[in-house]
Amino acid sequence: MTVDAPIADGHPLPRLNDPARLRTRYAAEARFRIYGVAALSIAIAFLFGLFASIISNGWSAFLQTKAHVPVYLDPAEIDPDGKRDVSRFGLADYTKLARDALSKAIGLPEKQDKATKRDLKGLLSRAIDVQIRDLVVADPSLIGQTITVPLLAHGDVDSLLKGAIDRSIPEERRQLNDRQLQWIDKLTADGVLKKDFNAGLFAYGASSQPESSGLAVALIGSLFMMLTVALLAVPIGVATAAYLEEFAPKNFWTDLIEVNINNLAAVPSIVFGLLGLAVFINFAGLPRSASLIGGLVLTLMTLPTIIIATRAAIRAVPPSIREAALGVGASKMQTLFHHTLPLAFPGIMTGTIIGLVQALGETAPLLMIGMVAFVVDIPSSVMEPATALPVQIYMWATSAERGFVERTAGATIVLLGFLFVMNAAAVYLRRRFERKW
Amino acid sequence: MEHQVVHREAIGAEPLQPATIIARNVNVFYGAKQALFNVDVDVPRNAITAFIGPSGCGKSTFLRCLNRMNDTIPICKVTGKIMLDGQDIYDPDLDVVELRARVGMVFQKPNPFPKSIYENIAYGPRIHGLTRTKKELDELVEQCLEKAGLLKEVHDRMHEPGTGLSGGQQQRLCIARAIATRPDVILMDEPCSALDPIATAKVEELMDELKENYTIIIVTHSMQQAARVSQRTAFFHLGKLVEVGDTRQIFTNPRDKRTQDYITGRFG
Ligand SMILES: Nc1ncnc2c1ncn2[C@@H]1O[C@H](COP(=O)(O)OP(=O)(O)OP(=O)(O)O)[C@@H](O)[C@H]1O
Ligand SMILES: [Mg+2]
Repeated sequence: MTVDAPIADGHPLPRLNDPARLRTRYAAEARFRIYGVAALSIAIAFLFGLFASIISNGWSAFLQTKAHVPVYLDPAEIDPDGKRDVSRFGLADYTKLARDALSKAIGLPEKQDKATKRDLKGLLSRAIDVQIRDLVVADPSLIGQTITVPLLAHGDVDSLLKGAIDRSIPEERRQLNDRQLQWIDKLTADGVLKKDFNAGLFAYGASSQPESSGLAVALIGSLFMMLTVALLAVPIGVATAAYLEEFAPKNFWTDLIEVNINNLAAVPSIVFGLLGLAVFINFAGLPRSASLIGGLVLTLMTLPTIIIATRAAIRAVPPSIREAALGVGASKMQTLFHHTLPLAFPGIMTGTIIGLVQALGETAPLLMIGMVAFVVDIPSSVMEPATALPVQIYMWATSAERGFVERTAGATIVLLGFLFVMNAAAVYLRRRFERKW
Repeated sequence: MEHQVVHREAIGAEPLQPATIIARNVNVFYGAKQALFNVDVDVPRNAITAFIGPSGCGKSTFLRCLNRMNDTIPICKVTGKIMLDGQDIYDPDLDVVELRARVGMVFQKPNPFPKSIYENIAYGPRIHGLTRTKKELDELVEQCLEKAGLLKEVHDRMHEPGTGLSGGQQQRLCIARAIATRPDVILMDEPCSALDPIATAKVEELMDELKENYTIIIVTHSMQQAARVSQRTAFFHLGKLVEVGDTRQIFTNPRDKRTQDYITGRFG
C-alpha cells in the first residue's frame, strides 16, 4: 500500500530563524572577523616595529657634533709668499690651525708635547683640513682674519655625545682617553662642542670616516637614474602598451610578445644586472659605475611593469568611449590620443610611479655593474661614477663603526622618505586626474 | 530568388525619395560564423527606416556595416556592395574617417565623452576642421543643441560635464554630437532602450523633426516605436532580410509568415 504523504512530513522544512543554525552562523562570522583583525594587527605590529627600530637607530644620523671655535687663518701658514696663489693654499697645514684654535678654546698652554697634540687632533675629524681649505679657496680675503668655523668633530666624539660610548670601560680599551673626556666635557659645558643639523649627510660623498661621509653621491646617482628611467621607460613603455592594445593584430607573434613581457616582469632583478654588464659595459663599452648604465638597467627592469600597468589602464577605458570617438569620425590615433590615453592617464601614472619606486629601491643589478664604488666626488653627469641610495645603505651596513651604523639607519630613513613621497604622489595624481564624471 | 521578390516596393506606399543607401548581396562573417546572408536593401533619403527582428538576427551587424564600424572588429569580414549616394563605401580608396563623419551613429547606451557638454559637440567639427573661428564653432554647437532640443535645458551649463545629464538628455546630447559633423545619415542602434517613456517620447519627436534633413536608420526592439516613427521597416530573421517595405504595410499586411509571427508576438 502506498501512501501519498505530504512532502513536509518526510522532509520537514527547516524552521526559519532556527536559533541553533543562527548561532553557528554568527559564530563563524565572528571568528572570521577575529582572524581578519588579528592578521591586520600582526601586519601593523611588524610595520610599526620596523619603523620604530629604523627611526630609533637612525634619527641621530641627522645630527652631527661640531666644535665652533674661532680659527685664526694665519697668513704665514696659508700664504707665506703673500701672492694669494690658490694652488699654494692646498699645501698649508690647516689641521694645525684648527688644533691651535681648539687648544685655545680649552685653555691649554701654547707649548705642547706630542701626546697632547695627538689627543687634540683626535677630537677633530680628518676632514677639517678640507673644510677649512675650501673656505679659504672660496674667499681668499679671509686670510689673516679669525673666523668661527663649525669644525667637524671626530666620529668618536660624536658617538660619545650621542651616548654611544661607555665612559665606564677602562681607559686603555676606550676610543677616547680620560684627558680627552675632560676636554670634551669642558668644551661641551662652554657650548663650543654641540650637535647641529647634519647638513653634511646630504653634502658629502664616500669617506672612510663616518663623520665626513654622506649621501650626496648616492642621492645624485639615484636622481640621475630615476631621470633616465623616467625619460626612457615611460615613453617606450606607454607607446608599446598603446600599440599592443590598440593597433597590433592579435596573432601568434603578439601573443608571444605578451607572454614574454609578463615573464620579464618576474625575472629576478640581478639578471638585468648581468645583462647590463654584458651589453652596456662589455659590448657597448660604456664606463663602469656610471649612473647612465644603472639607469639603462633599471629602465629594462621597469619597462614590463609600466607596459603591464598601461595596458591594464587602457583596457579599463570603456569601449563605448572609443566607439563614440570613432563614431564621430575620429581616426584610430585621434581616438587614442584624445580619449583613451587621457582617460587611462591616472592608471598609467600609478603604474609608472610604482615602477620608479621599485627601481629606486633596487640594489642587486647595480652591484653587478659596479655601482658599489667608493665615490668621493659628486658626479656632474650621467657618465661619471656614482652610487645609489640602497647601494649606499648596503655599503654602510658592512661597517661596524658606530657612526656608520647610525648612518645606515639614517640613509634608510631618507630612502623610505623618498618612497613615501613618491607613493603619496601616485595617490595624489590618481585622485587629481581621476574623472569622477 | 526569394529575396528579390520580397523586396518589391509595397503597393500604395507613400511616395519616398530615391534611395541614398543601396546594399546588395551583403554577407558578414565573424570568423567562421556567418552573421548576415545576402542582404539587399534600399534606404530612402530623408525618411526613417526601422530595422526590426529578434535578438541576434544581425540588425546591429548590418547597421555597423553602414559606417564601417565593423572595421574595428578584427575577425569581422564584410562582402558585397554598399553604396552611399552612388559611392561604394567599401572602396579601398575611401577614407573611413570621412565616411563616419557623413554617417553619424548613436549608440544603445548614451556614451557622451567624459568632457563638457560643449566639448562633446565641438569635438567632431574640430577634428574635421568644419569651422574656422571660435565664434563659428560656438554657433554650430548651439545649433546642434537646438536641433536636438537640448539647448533650453543646458544653455547655462555648457561647460559642465556631459555625463552629469540625465539618461535621456545624454542620449539627445549624443544625437547633437552626431549631427555636429553634418552627416547625411544617422544610424541609431536601439537609442531608447536605456530611456524611460518620457525621454523616449522626446527622442522620437526629435527623430521626426530630424528626418526632414537627415536619413535615419533606427534599430529597435519596440514594434510600437517602429510603427510610430518609421516610414519604412525591414524585418531581419536569423541573419536574413525577410521583408522590407512601407511600415504600414509591414504592420498591417505582412507578406511573409515569419514577419507576421514576429509582429504578432509569436516569437522573438
Ligand atoms: N563581435 C562579434 N564577434 C562575434 N560574433 C558576433 C559579434 N557581434 C555579433 N556577433 C554575432 O552576430 C550575430 C548578430 O549579432 P547582432 O549584434 O547583429 O544582433 P542584433 O540583431 O543586433 O541583436 P540584438 O537585438 O540582441 O542587439 C549574433 O549571432 C552574434 O552572436
Ligand atoms: Mg543589437
